[in-house]
Amino acid sequence: MSDTRKSGDPSSPTQAARLTGAEIVWATLDGEGVREVFGYPGGAILPVYDAMRKFPIHHILVRHEQGAAHMADGYARASGRVGVCIATSGPGATNLVTGIATAMLDSIPIVCITGQVSSKVLGSDAFQEVDITGITLPVTKHNYLVTKAEDIARVLREAFQIAASGRPGPVHVDITKDAQQATADFDFAAAAPRQYRPHPMLSAPASSLAEASRMILGSKRPVILAGQGILLSRAMEQVRTLAERAQIPVGCTLLGLGSFPASHPLSLGMMGMHGETWVNHAIQEADLLIACGMRFDDRVTGLPSTYAPNAKKIHIEIDPSEINKNVAVDIALMGDLGEVLESLLPLLPKRDGSAWLRTIEGMKGNAAVRDIQNLPDNGHLYAAHVINDLWRATNGNAIVVTDVGQHQMWEAQYYKHNEPRTLITSGGLGTMGFALPAAIGAKVACPDKEVWVVAGDGGFQMTMAELATIAQEKLNVNIAIINNGYLGMVRQWQEFFYEKNYQSTPILSPDFVKLADAFGIPGQAVTTRAEVLTAVATARETAGPYLINFMVEQEDSVYPMIPAGKALHEMIHRPPRSAIVEDATDI
Amino acid sequence: MLHTFVAQVEDRPGVLTRVASLFRRLSINIVSVTVGRSERAGVSRMTLVAEAEPGAAHRMKASLYKLENVLDVDDIGQTSCVVRELALIKVAATPATRSHIFELVEVFRARVVDLAPESLMIEITGVQSKVEGLIQVLTDSEDRILEISRTGRMVMRRGQHTSRVLEAMSAQNLDGDFVAGTKPRPDFMPDKSDLAS
Repeated sequence: MSDTRKSGDPSSPTQAARLTGAEIVWATLDGEGVREVFGYPGGAILPVYDAMRKFPIHHILVRHEQGAAHMADGYARASGRVGVCIATSGPGATNLVTGIATAMLDSIPIVCITGQVSSKVLGSDAFQEVDITGITLPVTKHNYLVTKAEDIARVLREAFQIAASGRPGPVHVDITKDAQQATADFDFAAAAPRQYRPHPMLSAPASSLAEASRMILGSKRPVILAGQGILLSRAMEQVRTLAERAQIPVGCTLLGLGSFPASHPLSLGMMGMHGETWVNHAIQEADLLIACGMRFDDRVTGLPSTYAPNAKKIHIEIDPSEINKNVAVDIALMGDLGEVLESLLPLLPKRDGSAWLRTIEGMKGNAAVRDIQNLPDNGHLYAAHVINDLWRATNGNAIVVTDVGQHQMWEAQYYKHNEPRTLITSGGLGTMGFALPAAIGAKVACPDKEVWVVAGDGGFQMTMAELATIAQEKLNVNIAIINNGYLGMVRQWQEFFYEKNYQSTPILSPDFVKLADAFGIPGQAVTTRAEVLTAVATARETAGPYLINFMVEQEDSVYPMIPAGKALHEMIHRPPRSAIVEDATDI
Repeated sequence: MLHTFVAQVEDRPGVLTRVASLFRRLSINIVSVTVGRSERAGVSRMTLVAEAEPGAAHRMKASLYKLENVLDVDDIGQTSCVVRELALIKVAATPATRSHIFELVEVFRARVVDLAPESLMIEITGVQSKVEGLIQVLTDSEDRILEISRTGRMVMRRGQHTSRVLEAMSAQNLDGDFVAGTKPRPDFMPDKSDLAS
């Protein structure tokens, strides 16, 4: 290695220079426009941490690497930009895995960088060595083991391209310590990845577009199924135009909430296991489904053989392996959703759908009247009250980051999302503990947006150490804990399907307000509905973070519900005189 | 049914694991896989035979293409192609039993490639049924088979349909139509290469 060449300015990514591998990591991230990373240092990644001070990138120190992956994920979901997290080898890297899998299942673009033991001892069970690329292989879109400094820039740039292109997903880059320490020529421009190759099987030929438009115009009872692909493709306008021009009602998947304005007259709300009754009925009675960037997940279809039996199906999807995976479709338009709709829309004249819309309006009937909302305010606090009040207090404008469980479904039902990227939730993997770290990522990505964590008492305890991260970073994140003393969703399943054997679901929690206080975060407990709005107002007025511990009805259940393995129309509704209702009127 | 794919993949460490991992995830058993250098530098050719439902071909192919290291996938369905397998078979043989084994080898157009005092080694090339036929006959004639090593299936389309020709053809055929047929047709998108054959 020649020492005659002077080191160039490492913070200038456009200029070819001789840098260490560690400096190349930061220079490449800088060149990719990264301003924040989430991470945790350790032996095998120390050279990278040592070089960080030379670059204009802010590092957020997490309390557990799982949090770093979720923060990068929340950052990406809130902003649409690639999120970045960093961890050391061995346990640091394995701690990322749940977060990586969460991003994989929900198609979220993140780049995860891990340190690895020196290439000379790879495979020798060295201290903190684990075959992390072997572990992350099935939960990443792609991964790399880098053993040479000269490969780092090219691999990282490729990682960013792969993470964000096509169907997005997590990419993991494992870099050996000797590669971080060695020097190499760095030229950001020269390290550009080869041109992105779309999936070779993508195809939306004119004949299929024409057939699709004939199907749409000939349909009497069409429904648009709006998925997260709308957000990823940034096709909100096109979907809205399609719905309005052909007067087609729109049902959303959980991750699709916000892709179509909830306040729009054509919006039906969420479909699926805990979806609105009329949405699921509309799907079962539909003669045409237009699936936009969704994948017919089992939480959406119920028993697939009973799903929308009378409907022709048009599937617009960027991943050809999703076609006919869960539900057989009649026309597959494989490509970027926005581009496909741009080609389809000119074939569609305006059309009248009023008869079908009136039918759906009729289906709403009593189902549209939420029994829980109509309960007298008699001292009991229900999660639905809390979410509904939170929605009103924030004018529906906050980014709400939910955990997984009952509160997640209540949020989806009662917080009306009009804007894309305002609901951040782990849909595919259903990762408890996601909310708090993901909210940190969202707040870092969008510092000007109001961010609320909505989490259960179970999931919150999985990652609550990140309260320290919030405190250290002085992030204005508001936290609503929906505390029912149970692992609520599991308890609900035990109630419905396991004869109320509440095995291991009652859960003790610390006094969350005192806990927050220990981190210097103010908060309060709320036990009645009358206190909800004032508590929310206090949280919103407080400059920094604020925690509210909502002590809600313990044995409330999420309705309606489609039991696993049943058809969409076989929903369980709230019993007219359930124990909860009786309790409520007793007081 | 048996599905056969020819995949052109980057010649790098770990690519075989990625392909194998994909089939493991789909719970599809790989019957055989042969990998070696192809006609292009840095590109390996993989012939993969897998046991799966008839309708699984589309998903297997589409999933293979999602691997970053996979460059090209050819689904060799019922197309006209040359299929070969190579097997080495070591058989116990004494001077007394050698001659009838030589006769069998002659009939099967195989070759004896090694001869030891107590055994001999047969090399046979052909389709799977031919290889299995020889093994069957050897077993029936009570010759003791000591070892068998089989390559698994190697496949090449007949005529001009090499991957590079197909690439050129599909480039011209980008706007070509595929027909939306009637249900059930889990794999209704015909492969462009199938149309070409």
